[in-house]
Amino acid sequence: MDDQCHPIPHYTLPRLPYAYDALEPYISKEIMELHHLKHHQGYVDALNKIEVELAKPPTFDYYAGRQDPEDLQDRIVLQAAFFFNIGGHVNHSLFWKNLAPHTKDGVNGGGVLREGSLEEAIVQYFGCFDRFKKTFDSATLGIQGSGWGWLVRLNLSTGGLEIVTTVNQDRLLAHFPIIGVDIWEHAYYLQYKNVKAEYLENIWNVINFEEAQMRFDEAKKLYEEGRKKSEAGSGSDV
Amino acid sequence: MLSIARNSLRHTINRMFVARSAHQVEWTFQALEPHISEQIMKLHYTKHHQTYVNGLNAAEEAYAKTPSTKEKIALQSALKFNGGGHINHSLFWKNLSPVNEDGGKLSQGPLKDALERDFGSVDEFKKRFNAATAAIQGSGWGWLGYNPATQKLEIVTTPNQDPLISHAPIIGVDIWEHAFYLQYLNAIWNVINFKEAEHRFLEAAE
Repeated sequence: MDDQCHPIPHYTLPRLPYAYDALEPYISKEIMELHHLKHHQGYVDALNKIEVELAKPPTFDYYAGRQDPEDLQDRIVLQAAFFFNIGGHVNHSLFWKNLAPHTKDGVNGGGVLREGSLEEAIVQYFGCFDRFKKTFDSATLGIQGSGWGWLVRLNLSTGGLEIVTTVNQDRLLAHFPIIGVDIWEHAYYLQYKNVKAEYLENIWNVINFEEAQMRFDEAKKLYEEGRKKSEAGSGSDV
Repeated sequence: MLSIARNSLRHTINRMFVARSAHQVEWTFQALEPHISEQIMKLHYTKHHQTYVNGLNAAEEAYAKTPSTKEKIALQSALKFNGGGHINHSLFWKNLSPVNEDGGKLSQGPLKDALERDFGSVDEFKKRFNAATAAIQGSGWGWLGYNPATQKLEIVTTPNQDPLISHAPIIGVDIWEHAFYLQYLNAIWNVINFKEAEHRFLEAAE
């Protein structure tokens, strides 16, 4: 049912920036294919179905003088499904970009964090890169169920680097994602079975630090702009 | 002496897959083939379930040792996660059985009657169960549970490793990806142990 004033949003699966076997041996071609073409595609397909349902006008119970309660209940369930699937879509879209084929020097590829503002910030907040890696890994391993581990930048309050975990397909709302790692079992099970720690150990070889640097710069800009705005506005309060 | 007493309270995995005779040890993991592969059963039992048991023992030991209330509260999530994982998987192994031991077969009886009464038909129950578990957003378990308040059979899901508390568990299905990922989309209904399910139902309905 097309609404000519508000076109129904349509989602598409983003292409991988590299071949399915490009992250071998750290992440297998089999996993990449399933993860991208089945799991991520699943979120996209679900989203498109949900949008069609949400576009339908609510049914009104004229005798009761209010929205039909069953219809309302259906919509609430649809909302939950929408948040789950949009989270899955956004998280995975970010994920493909923050992976890259392994390189020895981190140029045009993944695996090495070169000197720069991101590296300085990691040292500032975690002492050194290894300590950051260990903290990230143990936080991510500690997730009891499905979820994601993130190196984030608070773009609102402190502007600092933090490691945050989210559950299921929840998205970061108050944080700007720098690096995200999918710790749902489908992300590693075929290759690493239950040995999550080995998956985390290996994925560092294909983390796209150049992308992370770009996100860090953008986050920093947003944070500075936000801070300027609040400083400018605070004089007129009180 | 105290350590001996303490050790006797440690949890162990319900010895479901130990041989009834010495040379039968290995075959039991493959007993649910082709519906659930030997590889999955081995991993699921010896790695995943074992990890919950180890985690539970560690958490309980820490809990018993500490006088600090704050520490005890901090240990709650480990107790819940690992305790739930142990309970759920222990129930799970019992409610599976090989096809040649009547896995998947639901004979006439009080359980079948109750399923038909509360869902219309056994097929309708399976359809609704599959839909409910497919809708779990993350990791969790799907249950056929007996609601003591309504005295009805109901389909319930629990997230992560939360145990089923609101209902008496009749059938539980592990929906964590590790339960099926190596053998994408297995047909678990072929190996559900309905005899065990009926036994649980009769106990709960008393």
